[in-house]
Amino acid sequence: MTLARRIIPCLDVRDGRVVKGTRFRDHRDMGDIVELAQRYAASGADELVFYDITASPEGRGVDVGWVERVARSIDIPFCVAGGIRSVETARAVLHAGADKVSVNTPATQRPELVGELAEAFGVQCVVVGVDSLRDEDGHWRIRQLTGSPDATRALEVTTLEWVRRVVDLGAGEVVLNCMGSDGVRDGYDLEQLAAVREVCPVPLVASGGAGAARHFVDVFREADVDGALAATVFHDGSIPIPDLKQQLARAGVEVRLDASPAPTQEAS
Amino acid sequence: MRVALVDGGGTNIGSVSYALERLGASSRLTADPGDILAADRVVLPGVGAAGAGMRRLRELGLVDVLHEVQAPLLGVCLGMQLLFERSAEDGGVDTLGLVPGEVRGIPPRPGVRVPHMGWNSLVDLVEDPLLTGVEEGDRAYFVHSYAAPTSAQTLAATEHGGRWSAVVRSGNRWGAQFHPERSSALGARILRNFLLEVER
Repeated sequence: MTLARRIIPCLDVRDGRVVKGTRFRDHRDMGDIVELAQRYAASGADELVFYDITASPEGRGVDVGWVERVARSIDIPFCVAGGIRSVETARAVLHAGADKVSVNTPATQRPELVGELAEAFGVQCVVVGVDSLRDEDGHWRIRQLTGSPDATRALEVTTLEWVRRVVDLGAGEVVLNCMGSDGVRDGYDLEQLAAVREVCPVPLVASGGAGAARHFVDVFREADVDGALAATVFHDGSIPIPDLKQQLARAGVEVRLDASPAPTQEAS
Repeated sequence: MRVALVDGGGTNIGSVSYALERLGASSRLTADPGDILAADRVVLPGVGAAGAGMRRLRELGLVDVLHEVQAPLLGVCLGMQLLFERSAEDGGVDTLGLVPGEVRGIPPRPGVRVPHMGWNSLVDLVEDPLLTGVEEGDRAYFVHSYAAPTSAQTLAATEHGGRWSAVVRSGNRWGAQFHPERSSALGARILRNFLLEVER
């Protein structure tokens, strides 16, 4: 037995509530953040990512109140993304109990941020999110400000160069969001993920495209990623995590299956 | 029961105290030698690098204090690594020397990603009160780039490009390389055992 591949639900958070919808409009309230986090933890999620969509557009930082509430209530690791532009904001989020912070657009605007975070907290706390799309010349290139379609900009740097660079700077994990497959539910972008895997010596998490359990089997087998992130298929219940884990295990993918209840309250 | 959580400046201190809270135990975050020596249990958490971790313990005057602790002591993650004699991190750092052995970098190679991040199995378990109810193959959440090779002190190992110590013990000092506070039921079991099963 060895290291398990991770299943990672991603929750969008606005003003301390979990919401669903296109990133900047039509948000539907999905419920209390602590309740949903506990439900995912109990169902066998290996880790959670909270994407704070309050934080990004208005240039605000992260409200650490909900981070602390989540840290108190769940016993699996979680990462906070969105709104982290400085060592100070990251420190507040980590002190509130997050295990990792994820930076995306701010790293494209000021790559030194990645090194500053690694220096301050260690590479194991630093995740770099990469939004990537294939251009007409066949190269994958990164995008910034992807939260808002009007603001999204394509950058010159290729995705492969950028991943090498952020790992050199101190990224302890890379989440590759393949924008071409995101939202289509037709499977992860195996070709792109496999190419990035080749240049990425740190853990790599696939994002964008999950629509069926077999897509998870494929991405672990074909692209050798360490984790697979998804939102919709978990939120709408179309892929229950316990069933997904069983299916992965049957396909020979190493996963964490044990979910015995935790001892409670007897140590007082 | 008085549980002292040594304030060595790591960022996961909150998480450890919340995990103890979930077990119904309260802990005191402290860098005060009197508090630490009066406690029934001492936890040395830590996230970050060995050099900074030791510097902070020295600045706080806690190196000798930790040597004087008679109550059961549990080092978590970097806290466990600091219990050893030396770490290869930051160009080589002398650490507390409470557990024999040294900490090395995990060599990355194809298929062996560093940091070692995620849920890995505990194997080669040795019978010990801290591992009461823990079974061969149970998974814990690891995140680290340095590790202690297995030795006579190893109570549980894990495999990641080699065998590494996941749980160690030397006398009344224990260490967990993984994060019990983020290791679901297995982690809660180990923290509970540290509070209830290990004797002074």
